[in-house]
Amino acid sequence: MLLNQFLLLAAALFAIGVYGVLARRNGVLVLMSIELILNAVNINLVAFSAVRETVDGEIFALFIIAVAAAEVGVGLAMVLLLYRNRRSIDLTEIDLLRG
Amino acid sequence: MENLLDGWGLTVATFSPMVGVAVMLLIPRDQEDRHKLVALVTSLWVALVSVLLLIEFDIGHTDRLQFAVDKVWIDVISSHYSLGIDGISLPLILLTVLIVPLCIVYSWNHFPEPHNPKAFLILILVLETGMVGTFAAQDLVLFFVFFELVLLPMFFMIAVWGGPNRRYASLKFFLFTLFGSALMLVSFLALFFLTGAESFVFTDLADAVAAHGVSRTAQLWIFGGMMLGFGIKVPMFPFHTWLPDAHTEAPTVGSVILAAVLLKLGTYGFIRIAIPILPEAAVEWAPWIGMLAVIGIIYGALSCLAQTDMKRLIAFSSVAHMGFVMLGISTLTDFGINAAVMGMVAHGLITGMLFFLAGSVKERYHTLEISRLGGLLVQAPRMGWIFGLCVMASLGLPGLAGFWGEFPAILSAYSPANGVPVETFRTFMVIAAVGTVLAAGYLLWLLQRIAFGTPPEEFADDPHITDTSREEWIAWAPMLALIVAIGVYPNLVFRLSDGAVDASLHECLTVNASELTADQAEALGCADVYNISVGDGHGGDADHAAAGG
Amino acid sequence: MTELLTLAASTATGLPLGITEGGSWLLRNAWLIPFLPGLSFVGILFFGKRMPRGGSELGVAFVGLAFVLSLLTAAAWIDHRDNFEGEEVHRAVAVAVAEHGGESAEGHADEGESAEGHVPGHPSLGVHNTVTWFEMNDVAFTVGTLVDGPAVMMLVVVTLVSLLVHVYSTEYVAGDRRYTHFFAFLSLFSASMLLLVVSENTLQLLVSWELVGVCSFVLIGHWWEEKPNSDAALKAFLTNRVGDIGLIIGVAILFFTVGSALPGQFGSFSIAETNALAGTGQLSHTALVVASCCLMAAVMSKSGQFLLHTWLPDAMAGPTPVSALIHAATMVVAGVFMIARMYGVFFEGFSIGGSSINLMALIGGITTLIGACLAFVQRDIKKVLAYSTISQLGYMVMALGVGAWTAALFHLFTHAFFKACLFLGAGSAAHAVHSFDMKSDMGGLRKVMPHTYRTFVIGSIALAGLPPLAGFWSKDEIFVGTGGWGLFGGTGGNGAYTFMLVMGVTTAALTAAYMTRCVYLTFFGEFRGHGTPHESGPRIVVPLWILAGLAIVAGFGNLPKGLPLVPESLQERFGHFVEPVASYFPGISHGTPSWSLATASTLVVLSGIAVAGWYYFVKVEAASKAAGESLTELPDGLTTKYPLARMGHTFLVQKYYLDHLYTDVIAGGTKGPVAAAAYKIDQDVIDGVVNAAGENAVKAGNLVYHRFDQLVVDGIVNNSGRASSGAGGELRKIQTGKVQDYAAILFASAMVLAGVLIVIV
Repeated sequence: MLLNQFLLLAAALFAIGVYGVLARRNGVLVLMSIELILNAVNINLVAFSAVRETVDGEIFALFIIAVAAAEVGVGLAMVLLLYRNRRSIDLTEIDLLRG
Repeated sequence: MENLLDGWGLTVATFSPMVGVAVMLLIPRDQEDRHKLVALVTSLWVALVSVLLLIEFDIGHTDRLQFAVDKVWIDVISSHYSLGIDGISLPLILLTVLIVPLCIVYSWNHFPEPHNPKAFLILILVLETGMVGTFAAQDLVLFFVFFELVLLPMFFMIAVWGGPNRRYASLKFFLFTLFGSALMLVSFLALFFLTGAESFVFTDLADAVAAHGVSRTAQLWIFGGMMLGFGIKVPMFPFHTWLPDAHTEAPTVGSVILAAVLLKLGTYGFIRIAIPILPEAAVEWAPWIGMLAVIGIIYGALSCLAQTDMKRLIAFSSVAHMGFVMLGISTLTDFGINAAVMGMVAHGLITGMLFFLAGSVKERYHTLEISRLGGLLVQAPRMGWIFGLCVMASLGLPGLAGFWGEFPAILSAYSPANGVPVETFRTFMVIAAVGTVLAAGYLLWLLQRIAFGTPPEEFADDPHITDTSREEWIAWAPMLALIVAIGVYPNLVFRLSDGAVDASLHECLTVNASELTADQAEALGCADVYNISVGDGHGGDADHAAAGG
Repeated sequence: MTELLTLAASTATGLPLGITEGGSWLLRNAWLIPFLPGLSFVGILFFGKRMPRGGSELGVAFVGLAFVLSLLTAAAWIDHRDNFEGEEVHRAVAVAVAEHGGESAEGHADEGESAEGHVPGHPSLGVHNTVTWFEMNDVAFTVGTLVDGPAVMMLVVVTLVSLLVHVYSTEYVAGDRRYTHFFAFLSLFSASMLLLVVSENTLQLLVSWELVGVCSFVLIGHWWEEKPNSDAALKAFLTNRVGDIGLIIGVAILFFTVGSALPGQFGSFSIAETNALAGTGQLSHTALVVASCCLMAAVMSKSGQFLLHTWLPDAMAGPTPVSALIHAATMVVAGVFMIARMYGVFFEGFSIGGSSINLMALIGGITTLIGACLAFVQRDIKKVLAYSTISQLGYMVMALGVGAWTAALFHLFTHAFFKACLFLGAGSAAHAVHSFDMKSDMGGLRKVMPHTYRTFVIGSIALAGLPPLAGFWSKDEIFVGTGGWGLFGGTGGNGAYTFMLVMGVTTAALTAAYMTRCVYLTFFGEFRGHGTPHESGPRIVVPLWILAGLAIVAGFGNLPKGLPLVPESLQERFGHFVEPVASYFPGISHGTPSWSLATASTLVVLSGIAVAGWYYFVKVEAASKAAGESLTELPDGLTTKYPLARMGHTFLVQKYYLDHLYTDVIAGGTKGPVAAAAYKIDQDVIDGVVNAAGENAVKAGNLVYHRFDQLVVDGIVNNSGRASSGAGGELRKIQTGKVQDYAAILFASAMVLAGVLIVIV
């Protein structure tokens, strides 16, 4: 069935995204990796929706795209501010919350 | 006016301080005089309302809940906004509303460091709401809320305005009491769910326990949880260690409120909640409470003898004195619990006064080290005499309030309630009586070392050491007058408390077993539980014959 | 117990208490008498400083008024005792059964009073007046007055001595740093004692008992700037508190024990009910025994009985008028009065009737002996009198212990006068020489202080008990009351207390001897102090003469029955008016006086005076002349030369040692080693125990506090806090602050949860 391929693709995308989030030190790249994760979810949603012949999944995917856009906006703004303050966007250096 | 008082009196008394707080929040911090005025007026208003309540109080029916309000509060958890007072709560409410304005007057011109009267007075007013609310609440959830409300202001008072070791002390105080409260809450919930009562209102719970019957084991556990929660607040040996630290570090006014009112929340809980709702468990626990009480009496007294700090000594004396209160409670007799109510009022006035005095000594000498003090009577004769009077009151001299808490408590231990082991309590009686000697010992020793003799060289010509000031007189005179008045005419308290205490005790506890016929005992339906021996009709006599042996 | 309920329902079979609510106005309102000094206390406290004489005038006026009132009350009582015809409101308690009910009342009436033609069933009703103090559990706790013989007698004695002490003090403490305060507490002291005397119930008794204690604390520690004074005050108060344990427990036991016999009531403090019920045999005997022992402990502390007497000599640290008041009329006799009041309980509890020894008599006997011995070795004139007080109180307790109730109270009555006279005289002498030390600062005062000298000698003779002075009559009655004098003929008494009689007679000799010594050292020889002493002013001398006069005549108040030349109407007046004839008083029997016993005791006293007089007035006087200075003892007594080794040689030279036997061994031995040893035991062992107990309590306190409280109990608390803080420290390391670490944890846990989900589903 076609669904399996979609799911495999999504899983791969998700794994890449997780790798990016955890391993990259650059803030922008981490944001982009988060986008990958979100899109992996989108693919899943659309795929399931197609199989079940409803539109729920697509609607959710649309919502996610919208939220992701906003999130990237906020995220980039934060990265920008970070850069202004610290001249660096290396996430490993930002540990003000250390207990 | 009457109707208004009937429905709203208690609510007004409880929440007026919060109105005062709201007003004070609006006033900028540097307008100190206005803050003082608002706080004083608020507390006096509360006192006035309480006095009106006293005037309207039906003395003939102290056992009845008066000025009662009962509205559904949080329907989901069947909690009611239920307030009301009877002869047990009234004296304690009056004590509270008396102490608070006196504390405000006392601190009028000398707020402890870091000053900030606004915050300090707000805390006092919040405390007042919590204290009055606890004594007026007739619903477990409401009671718990007020009970906990008291904790925070006192924590801040110690942590911010306290002595050098204030962090440790305030944290200890907070954690200790919170720990007790947690267990207490569990007990409350268990009580509610196991009985399936209609609501958290005390009477509903008591009825439910009596009607459905909770298993004996469960009752014991629930009572144990409450005992821990209330016992820590009292404080009962061995849960007392927070008290000396908290007292030593707390600012004077904090110590006074702590000693005068806060400790009573615990004993009040026993009298109002634990014993009336769970009489059977109370009978089982009584010997243990009694034992801890007398250990507390002796132990507190011995610890007092070892102290070198005046305030710490007074703090330890609280352990001993509350031991007498607990001993009275543990007898489960009308007599003993009346003594306990009296003991609570008396201890509030007397120990409150002693802490006031310790504060004034500290302010003049800048130390409370007993070995460095002396000759107070020479340098400040009036204060010395007041100190002497309070010491005498504290050691239980007849004619002053303390006696009426101590003596009836000892007396009642001779003949505890049905089902409570008699011989054990007679032993307790003797031990407690020995405690009175130790009390006289450490208190007189304290008096001798602080008030008698000649002033030590380092303070001999200190111009700061002056006699009682005007604020001190205003703050102390009512308390001293009450100590004497209650001592001479104890009926002031007993008249209020007696009926209510009688009503709060289960009939099986108070009935004179020696005069019961078998049929009557059968009708009561509690002969087995409380070991009321009937049948030959001489149970009581045998008991009394054993008295001598 | 069902019968009990029926009986309670029909109160027909009540036990009459022998008290009435009627009687004349004065008798019903005796509360005024303690009230007046109480008022004076408040008045002096608040206005004293502003008054021209510092409040002393208030004290004198109110106590004087109380005295007048007491005299009127006494007159009213004398009338009431024989002529009360009003409606006899016997207050009765309904009690179960009447196996023994009323036996004691009737028995007594038969024996004691019918002889005088007193109709049985018309007893001397005590006048009872109460108001409710407070109520608890439907029991009314009352406060009120029970006015009968002993109460009236005590009212008169206390107010009289107190009045004289007040007057005396206006001169004695004039110019004192706390003049006003002194008078305030003098008044309160009197008020408390008067309240105790009229107490109607044991609770009120307990209250006034402790008030007396605290007043003595304040007054003994009057000059609290000096540490020894405040130490003495503390010691007095604490020792009394030890006894108070007994009082509290005893009162509690009686409260409930009486309650067990009263249907529908769980307890009663009423003295009349307690005594009456104790007499009926309805109360558990065990309870009565325990209660008696407990109350006895209270008596031992308050009345300075052996084992708990050590506070009393120390209490001399207070001003002399206070000592007089404490030792003559108030504090220390409170214990004796309490026994007299609760005699029904003690009589049953100690089985006084028909016995030959009991705890009370024994303690009294021992006290009387050791007190007298100790009086020998004192240098301080007030301490001589203090030990003498202990000894005399021992007499009273012993008398009560052997059942000689009237004799004990009569001795209390006479003792109050001559002991007050002696104390005030000692104060007068000390006032003149500014010291209490007889050996170094007194001597020869008879020439400069004639009034003090004469009154002191009168007091001494009265104390020694030579006829016809007061002490003789009362002491003789005690001897008669022991009943242990078969040797001298005579009958009666409650038992055969021969042992007590021996102790009493021995003490009589000792008393005579040490008072002779005291008089010699103070008033004879040459003055050994500094300055020029002179006689005190009238406000000191007049009270002295009044008391001396009473010390002479007071004994005539209770002339023995059958004394020739005395009309019968003047015999045993004291006993007639003071001893209650009511069911709240046990049926005691009275001994018949005996000439031979009186003669023998007088001879004993005379020999005591003779031995001591010979030693001081002959030997020491001669030695003083030889030495050219005023000596206080022989320079070559037994204590200095210890003749054991040269015994054989000197045996004949010393005329068989008869001289030594009399002077050194008997007088000196009693005066020296024996008394010193007794004193040493007193100071080191008994006092040592008291002190050690105090020190060890502190040590135990320290131990408990430092080792247990701070380490164990507090340790648990601290460790639990430390444990949670440690756990927090470990957890803190996870908190790196790096977003990606958190994300890693997030993903990892998501995976774990997903795994769990898969496994479960």
